Amino acid sequence: MPQSADKVLDHAPLFREPEYKEMLENKRVRYECGHPEHLVTEIGDWTKSWDYREKNLAREALTINPAKACQPLGAVFAAQGYEGTMPFVHGSQGCVAYFRSHLSRHFKEPSSAVSSSMTEDAAVFGGLANMIEGLSNTKALYNPAMIAVSTTCMAEVIGDDLNSFIRQSREKGSVPEDYNVPFAHTPSFVGSHVDGYDNMQKGILTNFWEGQERVPGEGINIIPGFDGYAVANNRELKRMMGLMGVSTTLLGDVSDVYDTPSDGEFRMFAGGTGLEETRAALNARATLSMQEYCSPKTLDYVAGKGQEVAAFHYPMGVQATDELLMKISALTGKPVPDALKLERGRLIDAMADSQAYLHGKSVAVFGDPDFVYAMARFLLEVGAEPKHCLATNGGKAWAEKMEALFATSPFGTGCNVWAGKDLWHLRSIMATEPVELLVGSSYGKYLSRDLGVPLVRLTFPIFDRHHHHRFPAWGYQGGLNVLVKLLDVIFDKLDSDSDTAGVTDISFDLTR
Amino acid sequence: MSKLRQIAFYGKGGIGKSTTSQNTLAALVEMGQKILIVGCDPKADSTRLILNTKLQDTVLHLAAEAGSVEDLELEDVMKIGYKGIKCTEAGGPEPGVGCAGRGVITAINFLEENGAYEDVDYVSYDVLGDVVCGGFAMPIRENKAQEIYIVMSGEMMALYAANNIAKGILKYANSGGVRLGGLICNERQTDRELELAEALAARLGCKMIHFVPRDNIVQHAELRRETVIQYAPESKQAEEYRELARKIHANSGQGVIPTPITMEELEQMLMDFGIMQTEEDRLAAIAAAAAGA
Repeated sequence: MPQSADKVLDHAPLFREPEYKEMLENKRVRYECGHPEHLVTEIGDWTKSWDYREKNLAREALTINPAKACQPLGAVFAAQGYEGTMPFVHGSQGCVAYFRSHLSRHFKEPSSAVSSSMTEDAAVFGGLANMIEGLSNTKALYNPAMIAVSTTCMAEVIGDDLNSFIRQSREKGSVPEDYNVPFAHTPSFVGSHVDGYDNMQKGILTNFWEGQERVPGEGINIIPGFDGYAVANNRELKRMMGLMGVSTTLLGDVSDVYDTPSDGEFRMFAGGTGLEETRAALNARATLSMQEYCSPKTLDYVAGKGQEVAAFHYPMGVQATDELLMKISALTGKPVPDALKLERGRLIDAMADSQAYLHGKSVAVFGDPDFVYAMARFLLEVGAEPKHCLATNGGKAWAEKMEALFATSPFGTGCNVWAGKDLWHLRSIMATEPVELLVGSSYGKYLSRDLGVPLVRLTFPIFDRHHHHRFPAWGYQGGLNVLVKLLDVIFDKLDSDSDTAGVTDISFDLTR
Repeated sequence: MSKLRQIAFYGKGGIGKSTTSQNTLAALVEMGQKILIVGCDPKADSTRLILNTKLQDTVLHLAAEAGSVEDLELEDVMKIGYKGIKCTEAGGPEPGVGCAGRGVITAINFLEENGAYEDVDYVSYDVLGDVVCGGFAMPIRENKAQEIYIVMSGEMMALYAANNIAKGILKYANSGGVRLGGLICNERQTDRELELAEALAARLGCKMIHFVPRDNIVQHAELRRETVIQYAPESKQAEEYRELARKIHANSGQGVIPTPITMEELEQMLMDFGIMQTEEDRLAAIAAAAAGA
C-alpha cells in the first residue's frame, strides 16, 4: 500500500496513487454503470448552451443548489447574539445538527444549540412533553441566562403552539415563571434564514418590551442582520460609533461568541447583548437595521413602540457607509469625525489607484438580498459591471430595488437581476453570458471550476477558506478589505493567464 | 386593535355550522358591524351563502398555483359578499392527501400579515369538525379568537363532539385567553333536545346561547345560495338568527373556561334523561329479544 507511517499522505495525493486509481476505476466500470465519456462531454457542453438555458430558466418544480438556508438557522444565529442565550429548536435533532455544523464550518468555532428531540410519538401527540422536558434539561445542564425557542418543519406541520407550550411548561415548573423564554415560529419551508432571523429578533424584543412603558431617550439601537462577517463587521460598527461618540446598542451581537480565544477555558456563551440592555433598548430614540430584508417584521414592531426606524442594505462601500454615518449624525446631532473622513478619503484613493484593473470588469454576484445589493453598489462605485445579480431568497420588491440601483450608474446598463433563482440557473446564465469574476459563498466554487471564472468568497457560508470573517466588509475600512479581495483575485488571474514561458509571459508583469 | 372581536364556530361535521354562522353574521352586519369571515374548512363552504356563490379562489389553491403563498396578494383571495362582509377561505388539499391543518395555519398567517384584519369589527372563523390536530386549533391560539361557539344538536354524537371541542378549548384556555362562548343548539328534533343541550351546557359550565328551531326555509334559502336573512328577511327564522346575533354580540368577554366531562359521564347524562339504557340493561334486552325469537 502507498500509505506508510513514515510518510503519511494526505487524501489528495493518496488517491492518485496507482492502487487507488485502479480501485476507483474498477468501481466505476463494475458498479456505477455510467455513460460513455464522450456522451458525458457532449451533454456537459449542451448544458452550457442557450438551448439548455431556456429550458433551465423555465424550470418550475425543482430547485437545484439554492443560495439560501432555512428559517431556524437564522433564528439560532439571532439568538446567539444575546447574553448567555441558548438557542432551543423545537423539532428533531437532525435539524439542529445541521444548524450547528453549518455555523461551525463557517466561523471555525463551536456553535451551541439544543433541540427538543421530537420523534414519531411527538409528531402524533404533539411536542408539549418534549418542550416541558427539553426546557428543564437545558436549564439544568447549561444554565443559560435565556432560552430562545424556534421551530422546525415538523413542529410547524403538526401545529404546535409555542406560546401555549411555553406557558404550560412554566406552570409545570419546567422553568421558573420569570425566566426569559422568547420564541418565534420559524417554519423551515417558508422563506429563508433571513426571515428566521427577523422572526427571532421580533420574538426576543417582544419578550423584553411587552408591558413596559417606553420612556423616550437618546440611544440608538442597531440590528446587524444575518451576516457571515458579523465578528468583524459588528466590531467595526462599534469602532465607528465610538469615533462618532454615539452610544449604541447592538441588538444581537455574536462577535464574541464566534471568536472565543484559546486560553484554556471553554466558553459556551461569550459576550452578546446584555439582557437588561435589551430591555432598556425600548427607550432608544431610533433603531437602525443594517439589512432591510433581515428585519421587516422587527422594524414594524419597533416602529409601533414609537421609535424612529431606518433600514440599510449592508453598509459596504462608500455611498452605503456615507448614508449610514449621515443618518447617525442626523439622529444624534453629532458630526462625522475627521478620523472617519480620513478613512473615507483613503478608501477612495485606493479605489482610484486600482481603477485600471476594475473598470468595466463584468461580475456575477449571488447571496442574500442585502449583500447582493451592497456588492452590486460597490462594484458600480469602482466602475465594474454587476452583470448578473442573483438572490434565491430575493423577491419582487428586491428585484425592483436592484433595477433602480442599476439605473443610477452607466455601469449598470445591461445588468440583470435574478430573483428567486438558484445556482444551477446561474450556471446556465454564466455559461451563455460570461463574466470575468464571480462573487459569492463557497458554494460558488463549483461554478468557478465548471466555467473557469475566478471566485471571490465574500459572503456566508465560507467553508473552504479560513478567517475571512475576522476582517470587516462594512465601513470604509471594510470597503478596503473588499477592494483588496477583488483585486487579489483579478491579479492572480492575470498572472495565471500569462505564466507560460515563451508563449504568454510577455505579460507576466512584475508591476501591475 | 383592542376593539377587534374574534370569534370562532366549531362543531361536528354536517351539524349546520356554516349555515348557522353565515346567518348569524348576516344578522350582525345588519347591526352595522364590519365583518371578515375566515373559512377554515378544506371544503371551502363557509362563505357560500354570503357570496351567493362558492368561493373558488381559496388561499391555498391560489398559493399552489402561484408557487408559494408569498406570491399572493390580499385582493386575490378576499371577496366582498352580502352587505360588505369580507370573505376568505383557507381551502386545502383533496380528501386523503396532504395536511389541511397546516393549510389553516398558512392561510391565517397570510391573512394577518397582509392586513386582512385591519378595518373590521369582527373576525369569524368557521372551523371544520372536531379539533383534530394542532392546525385546526390555530384559531384558538393566543391573540386569535376570544370566544368559541360550539354548534351542536341533541344527537348523541353531536353532544360527544361538543364535549371534545370543549376539551380542545380547555387546553388553550388554561394557558391563554380563549374562552368558550357557549353552545348553539341547531334543532334536529331529537328527544328532549332543548333540555339535553341545556344540561350539557350546565355540565360544561357555559351558556346555552340560543336554540335555533328547525325550519325548512333554511333549506330553501340554502338551495338558492342565500342566507335566510337575505332570502326571507321578514321570516320568523330570520328573526331567530337576529336574536342569536344579538346574544353573541352581547356576550363579548363573557366566555368561560369549560369543564368537559368524560365519555362515561356523557352516557350517564343520557341515561338520566331516560333516552339511553345502561350497558347491562341493553345487553339483557338484546338477549331477551334473541331468546324470544
